[in-house]
Amino acid sequence: MEPTNIEAPDYFHKVVDCQWACPAHTPVPEYIRLIAQGRHADAYMVNWKSNVFPGILGRTCDRPCEPACRRGRVDEEPVAICRLKRVAADNKGDVSARMPKRPKTKIGKKIACIGAGPASMTVARDLAPLGYDITVYDADAKAGGMVRSQIPRFRLPESVIDEEMGFITDLGLTMKLGQRVDSLAGLLRQDYDAIFVGTGAPRGRDLRIPGRKEAAAHIHIGIEWLASVSFGHIESIGKRVIVLGGGNTAMDCCRTSRRLGGEDVRVIVRSGYDEMKASPWEKEDAQHEGIPIHNYLVPKAFTHDGGQLTGVTFEKVGPVIDEKGRRTMKPTGEPDEHFECDEVLIAVGQENSFPWIERDIGLAFDEWGMPKVDETTFQSTNPKVFFGGDAAFGPKNIIWAVAHGHDAAISIDHFCRGVDLRLRPPPGVQISSQKMGIHEWSYDNDISLDDRQKVPLLPLAEALGDVKAEVELGFDDPRGWAETQRCLNCDVQTVFSKPLCIECDACVDICPTDCITFTVNGKEEELRPRLKAPAMNLSQDLYISSTLPTGRVLVKDEDVCLHCGLCAERCPTGAWDMQKTLLEMTHAGGCMK
Amino acid sequence: MTYIAKPEFHHPSLKANALGFTRRDYEGKVSTLCAGCGHDSISAAIVQACFEIDLEPHRLAKLSGIGCSSKTPDYFLGASHGFNTVHGRMPSVLTGANLANRDLIYLGVSGDGDSASIGLGQFAHAMRRGVNMAYIVENNGVYGLTKGQFSATADKGSKSKKGVVNSDSGIDLVGLALQLGATFVARSFSGDKEQLVPLIKAALRHKGAAFIDVLSPCIAFNNHKGSTKSFDWVREHNEAVNRLDVMQGRMAVRAKYEPGSLTEVTQHDGSVLLLRKIAEDYDPTDHVGAINYLQQAHAAGEIVTGLLYVDPEAEDLHDALGTVKRPLNALSDDELVPSAAALDKINAALR
Ligand SMILES: Cc1cc2nc3c(=O)[nH]c(=O)nc-3n(C[C@H](O)[C@H](O)[C@H](O)COP(=O)(O)OP(=O)(O)OC[C@H]3O[C@@H](n4cnc5c(N)ncnc54)[C@H](O)[C@@H]3O)c2cc1C
Ligand code: SF4
Ligand code: SF4
Repeated sequence: MEPTNIEAPDYFHKVVDCQWACPAHTPVPEYIRLIAQGRHADAYMVNWKSNVFPGILGRTCDRPCEPACRRGRVDEEPVAICRLKRVAADNKGDVSARMPKRPKTKIGKKIACIGAGPASMTVARDLAPLGYDITVYDADAKAGGMVRSQIPRFRLPESVIDEEMGFITDLGLTMKLGQRVDSLAGLLRQDYDAIFVGTGAPRGRDLRIPGRKEAAAHIHIGIEWLASVSFGHIESIGKRVIVLGGGNTAMDCCRTSRRLGGEDVRVIVRSGYDEMKASPWEKEDAQHEGIPIHNYLVPKAFTHDGGQLTGVTFEKVGPVIDEKGRRTMKPTGEPDEHFECDEVLIAVGQENSFPWIERDIGLAFDEWGMPKVDETTFQSTNPKVFFGGDAAFGPKNIIWAVAHGHDAAISIDHFCRGVDLRLRPPPGVQISSQKMGIHEWSYDNDISLDDRQKVPLLPLAEALGDVKAEVELGFDDPRGWAETQRCLNCDVQTVFSKPLCIECDACVDICPTDCITFTVNGKEEELRPRLKAPAMNLSQDLYISSTLPTGRVLVKDEDVCLHCGLCAERCPTGAWDMQKTLLEMTHAGGCMK
Repeated sequence: MTYIAKPEFHHPSLKANALGFTRRDYEGKVSTLCAGCGHDSISAAIVQACFEIDLEPHRLAKLSGIGCSSKTPDYFLGASHGFNTVHGRMPSVLTGANLANRDLIYLGVSGDGDSASIGLGQFAHAMRRGVNMAYIVENNGVYGLTKGQFSATADKGSKSKKGVVNSDSGIDLVGLALQLGATFVARSFSGDKEQLVPLIKAALRHKGAAFIDVLSPCIAFNNHKGSTKSFDWVREHNEAVNRLDVMQGRMAVRAKYEPGSLTEVTQHDGSVLLLRKIAEDYDPTDHVGAINYLQQAHAAGEIVTGLLYVDPEAEDLHDALGTVKRPLNALSDDELVPSAAALDKINAALR
């Protein structure tokens, strides 16, 4: 193998598994260390810079970082990265003075953002401080998008949304709330220099099966029903509720039902339990609240008594592998099953819908009715119009909406300044050695063996009694601190200096996870299995030196390195050093600076 | 100075041996020796060897004297018996322990100061008596703890870090061990675990006095130009006579070697030593031949390593003394206290 080029910015970025997995590339270990030091406001700002909504995300993020977290490969569970973010947000105090100021001078460019969800608000946050004039349109009365209309208050208090949307509106945006945009052509005729479409995926999929029309009064589309609950239009539900669907919307529907008077609430899904789209923790939370989940049942008909819903009939299916090796469902042939209920919530998926975008304005749509959007620049085929969030490529989640927002803002900025949209600003990287003495580092290299901390919950009866009562209490100080100690500081990199190495084996002998091998070089496939510990996690890189005096090379498998620094402590010549690589994405305006 | 404990986390694919222990279970405390010390590599080799031969930690006693090397038993086999004796006295304490309890496996760890200076006499007698033990000398040719004076194994003509030339002859412990009657004699290098680990495995399973001289560079005081115990010097002058594989029980691995390239030695306990020849005409069961070969190589400035001599039929001190087969602590009062009749018999014999 060729010697590793550690100068390539992606090399060390990939080692920080959580940051690499985060769509917005939040420098996770950096903020976790700040929390450990009690510097919550600093930790909050590190987050705010990257992901814009730390308080919201600290409660609701889909957390792609956690399955990626290195700790999960050496311990039972990953670091509770998401809930630590909430610790920073809950304890930050007043950070308004640290927020960017309204620009003194405007640059004379006007941008319209349609939708006030996380994608649009990210675009606004990135562009407003640069002097852009931003106008945000939303059909709803308050900013937040689905974060406000869909995510139930017991998971996300409204005050958190108000505060974080407020940080952005305070940058001096023109907020046109309660105003639905009915024609993109109309907006294009106004004097906007660019338009960002962040209108989400607003339509809930329906189920066209017998009885749907007749029993309509007690059958609701999940996301419409949730929005009505959020906005206070619905305050109760029948005692027996069936939720159809296995995604996160289904989980929010069933848990909300339990709080609005539903006593016998069931989730019924066509897939198996493990294949359900909902995150594992959402399923656990629902079950904890006394909600059974029934699997392998496909709704066949709504039963009713002269229009009064009486229940749902299901066909039983089982998993089979088809000729192409795909998993599908097949009826088992068992008799159908009928569940009685008073109300049904349909949560079987969300769709995009753009009835308000004319098809003759140079903006092309694909065969599925989705706009053709460039995956790097987020530009549509009408050069003035950009998309992001759920509106761009279908429903995802908040953190993806934020990441899209950052990218779209860069493109809009380039577009307005006449810079090539393909020119993307490289991330900023700061490297600093952590060495303070022979065995002293400026990071805490001791490895905590603690298990993942559990987030304390409101007592069940109290939680179910109030749909607005936040059910998770968040980590208190001791729990939060203990959790910070579980982080392995993956951004403190092991950096090898070949000329200093005397091949004494000290690092090989001390490494707790057998990451280091001195051996003759070879092809990657051949090298991986013969290392001191076979390096069979192919998603993780090998760090290779050029040839050493004995004819061997140093190979370090990054996979389960604990970043404990023991290799560097035991190295007599300082050939290993522990260097922190703080990598931060560059947002709009970064190319100009 | 903040030494952290070596984290318990390990590689997910870390294997367990026949006893269900992983290699990590054979470790001890984190070393307090200088970073890069060859002795730490030897500790790691001992850990690996004990793991590979499925050693039950409670069946091993590790004894040492005084010095950097003699500190190391704290850094491996944390679950075994240990005795840190006085300077140079490891062999006699070990001999006593061995006579009292022959069921344990004995590992003596010593250094060039501990065994070639103050303990030279003790070393000699443990070898000639055939005490059943593995005796490892971690040989760096220098007194590291007292900041770098030549030790008794430093070669004549070699230079200290300060530039002083050694005028005394170096003691060759391997040559001594051979002459004194050790029945397993090897030399190796801390920087070559592939060679060292099998030697330790074989030594632990050898019946009789097994001696391994391990060159172990002292990073702080003896790893400079002019030293003959530095990494560079040893790597340049290392002449291995053979490579060893230790087989436990029957295995079909022999087939992979070319006919004639292999010497096979079966030890008392059934372990099979497979020796791949490197030096064409070297026979490790030829005592006189080994001594001659070593002398010639030494004169040529070579450092001969490998399994230099083994007598698979060796007997040990217990055989010579005809001692009772069970450990003393397992004997009952009836066996330990002679009857009146037996005492009369003894007394009569002395009249
Ligand atoms: C029930 C439910 C729970 C969820 N829970 C989570 C969660 O826990 N974590 C997570 O990460 N994600 C969650 N999501 C997904 C997440 O809410 C979305 O992915 C995210 O909000 C998308 O952001 P966005 O900016 O693209 O658009 P949205 O948040 O959907 O915002 C779009 C906004 O545009 C407005 N709009 C639409 N059309 C027009 C128009 N023509 N004119 C004016 N305004 C318009 C809408 O009113 C809306 O306010 C959940 C979704 C649902 C349905
Ligand atoms: S251990 Fe810490 S730095 Fe490493 S992946 Fe997990 S959260 Fe990120
Ligand atoms: S920091 Fe060094 S010693 Fe620690 S796990 Fe990583 S490679 Fe091994």
